[in-house]
Amino acid sequence: MSTQDLAPNPLEVRGLGRRKATNRVMEGLAWLSALIAVGILGVVIFSVARRGLPALNFDLLTKDPIPFSLTNQPQGLANAFVGTIVIVSLATLMALPVGILVAIYLNEFAPAAIRNAVTMILDILNGVPAIVIGIFVFGLFVVGHGQSGWAGAFALACLMLPLVSRSTMEILALVPNALREASLGLGVPRWRTTLSIVLPQTVGGIVTGTVLAVARVAGETAPLLFVSSFVGTQTSWNPLHALQTVPVAIFELSESPDPADHARAWAAALVLLLFILFASLSARWLANRSRRKITGR
Amino acid sequence: MSTTIEPTLRVETRRQPMPPRERLEQIFDIQGLDAVYGGKPAVKGVTMEVYKNLVTAIIGPSGCGKSTFIRCLNRMNDLIPSFTQTGTIRYHGQDICGSNIDAVAVRRNIGMVFQRPNPFPKSIHDNVAWGMKVLGIKDNMNDRIERALTQAALWDEVKDRLKASALSLSGGQQQRLCIARAIAVEPDVVLMDEPASALDPIATQAIEELMHNLKSEYTFVIVTHNMQQAARVADMTAFFSLEVDTADRHGILVEYAETATIFTHPADKRTEDYVTGRFG
Amino acid sequence: MSTAELSADAARRPFTGRRVRFGDLALQVVAGGAALGVTILVALIIWKVIEGARLSIQTYGLEFIWRVAWNPVLGHELYGAGSFIFGTAVTSLFALLLAAPISMGIALYLTELAPAVIRGPVTALVETLAAVPSVVLGLWGILVLGPALRTTIQPWLHDAFGFIPLFGPPSSAGASIFTAIIILTIMILPIVSSISRELFLGVPTELKEAGYGLGVTRWEVVRGVMFPYASGGLAAALILGLGRALGEAIAVTQVIGGGVGIHWNLFSGGDTLASKIAASYQGSTTKLQTASLIYLGLILLVFSLIVNLIAQWIVRRSARKHGIVRGGHA
Repeated sequence: MSTQDLAPNPLEVRGLGRRKATNRVMEGLAWLSALIAVGILGVVIFSVARRGLPALNFDLLTKDPIPFSLTNQPQGLANAFVGTIVIVSLATLMALPVGILVAIYLNEFAPAAIRNAVTMILDILNGVPAIVIGIFVFGLFVVGHGQSGWAGAFALACLMLPLVSRSTMEILALVPNALREASLGLGVPRWRTTLSIVLPQTVGGIVTGTVLAVARVAGETAPLLFVSSFVGTQTSWNPLHALQTVPVAIFELSESPDPADHARAWAAALVLLLFILFASLSARWLANRSRRKITGR
Repeated sequence: MSTTIEPTLRVETRRQPMPPRERLEQIFDIQGLDAVYGGKPAVKGVTMEVYKNLVTAIIGPSGCGKSTFIRCLNRMNDLIPSFTQTGTIRYHGQDICGSNIDAVAVRRNIGMVFQRPNPFPKSIHDNVAWGMKVLGIKDNMNDRIERALTQAALWDEVKDRLKASALSLSGGQQQRLCIARAIAVEPDVVLMDEPASALDPIATQAIEELMHNLKSEYTFVIVTHNMQQAARVADMTAFFSLEVDTADRHGILVEYAETATIFTHPADKRTEDYVTGRFG
Repeated sequence: MSTAELSADAARRPFTGRRVRFGDLALQVVAGGAALGVTILVALIIWKVIEGARLSIQTYGLEFIWRVAWNPVLGHELYGAGSFIFGTAVTSLFALLLAAPISMGIALYLTELAPAVIRGPVTALVETLAAVPSVVLGLWGILVLGPALRTTIQPWLHDAFGFIPLFGPPSSAGASIFTAIIILTIMILPIVSSISRELFLGVPTELKEAGYGLGVTRWEVVRGVMFPYASGGLAAALILGLGRALGEAIAVTQVIGGGVGIHWNLFSGGDTLASKIAASYQGSTTKLQTASLIYLGLILLVFSLIVNLIAQWIVRRSARKHGIVRGGHA
């Protein structure tokens, strides 16, 4: 026997009105949260674009800064852009091979206990704050030798390593075992199987992971403050000295009271943001493509 | 042209004879129901009534829209984005397909037990209690829980471990827990979508027994691919089948009658072919 | 080669099943060496940080941790981490408090409410927020958000709730703990919401249907079925967000205004462990000051490690409970 009144309205449920109101409030709050997130992103991008575009000119990319200039001589942040290119490239060259090798070892060779342990260590490395990495590299390379672009690259490589490793491991795990077994069944040795059969399948995923890692560290400031910040104003491609980088330049300009400096900071931020957005979107597109290629979905 | 056929199914049934038609109360009146997933019709033109305090079985080969049909009865298909339906389903005279009808209210009165047991990852006690709490049934909670579990033929097995996780029960026990959960909130109708298909014969028997015992309090509509089960347990049986025409394949209601009729002298040849095992 | 010659060849070649191929060994050594290298790297990091802080550890011992002082004046040098631990705690915890409901709201919106066409773009947009570098967010914070908060929200909060010591007189420049909290909230949002989103997507449909079948509303299904199911992963997500907030140095130092001491006024300036290091490092005058800053870094490292390990533990535990839980990917 039902406890509901079946007449006159069989669908009348006591208390439903209040519960539905609560439901509607909650749905509204969820909707509001999404709006806040999109709104914040919109405001930030809008600010950067609005303030950065006017100062974004050819000079910014090609001329060096002139400190304490009271005239309106054309100046820019060429040294920072070049420095970032050099340091990030070197960091990628350092982190990529090591990251891939670690992933290969963990996924293809390591016994479960070692795999768990080293994965945990990679996660720990990932969790070390960037500023502590800066202190570390400072103690390791800068003390006694002075700052350098190499030290900066090494610091960024430490940040990139766990990202590259993790994404390579994920894509290695996606390669079907049947492929490995087919190769081994033909008598091809393990090392050849791994390098010639498995690895080529993962290139898309590795590129994606690397692009994402590059996007992450291109904007990294904290470690570079310690190891590559005492710089001159001249553009240099030599990593043996400290090199200026875009994030450090933005940081320093943001602390300055001069509005012209602020304008250049916004412009540099705009370039940096565009680069990072472009890299992230490419990575996402690449990831979808390589996932579809391997798993056929 | 109907003939009396030798029942090829010799099954025990505790089914009592049905009360005469005049004394049957209509709960569902379904007219011209078409159910469509993403442009492809699953079932078309269903017209039938469901009567109170009876067990109504829906049988037929797989793919003929039985599950889709039963899910229409409690607006469960609303959860699937590509779903649309036309036609009316009158529940106690009120069309529950109208856009002004709140699906939540519908499901309050028309409960459902699913094909695979799906207890919440909570304790046995909380599984039964949660629905009641949310719906505002707060009095005599423990008595109600005991009653629901007893009616679901599970009380004796779990009364000493109500705090244990529901996931520690066997499949058959979990399904009975799901039944207890559904009847704890005292719905009007209980829909069952192949409730015993994932269970062993002993568990299946327990569930059939349960339906028989609870018929006087609830109305059951059960989808089953097991003809013997329908013969054992149902008062009325609806036979669905596939119709293939130039446009698509979809399910249709072929015949709906008292179970005895369906299994001994069905009116439609297709029904006869199915119940005698000539196909499906 | 004819078949006969091939089999003769094969017979001549000994079947060396046991011999380890040079190539295999080489790859394993090199790859294993890389893995070992990573382990050594982490150990090296910990060691170097301890070494850098050694002078300060020897001078002040454990008292450093709770002493509230930072006086670099020569002759009266006295350093302590108390003020900055307080700053880290206040900024991170408040940011987490703000970010948690908003992130979960975003995740719920994207999994349960959003129409199919905007689901993809909005998800991408939220993840893009994670890609904005901290220095850019900090730049925006100093030049846009800070002044805006100073003229709008801060005075309003002070007027309306000034009796609570949290909302004291607004600062003059817009740089304040409050601004830092908002910036950190913005940074935590994408991490927590993307993990939450994956967790909510992972709730089995049949469980949700069981809930709906009883005649409950969507919010009741979320609260009673989805949250409990995902609770382990959600906790891990929050902890990961906390870790992100703890370690953020640049954006915080740009907007937090600087200051020593324990005040409850959110609108005053202050510093966190990370921001103090970033702010004072280049101007550090004595070895003791530098060592003390590195001591701050050591404390920060310990906190981060604890948070990281707790998150890993939660993920492992809930993976065991549910089979596979995708969490821990920041």
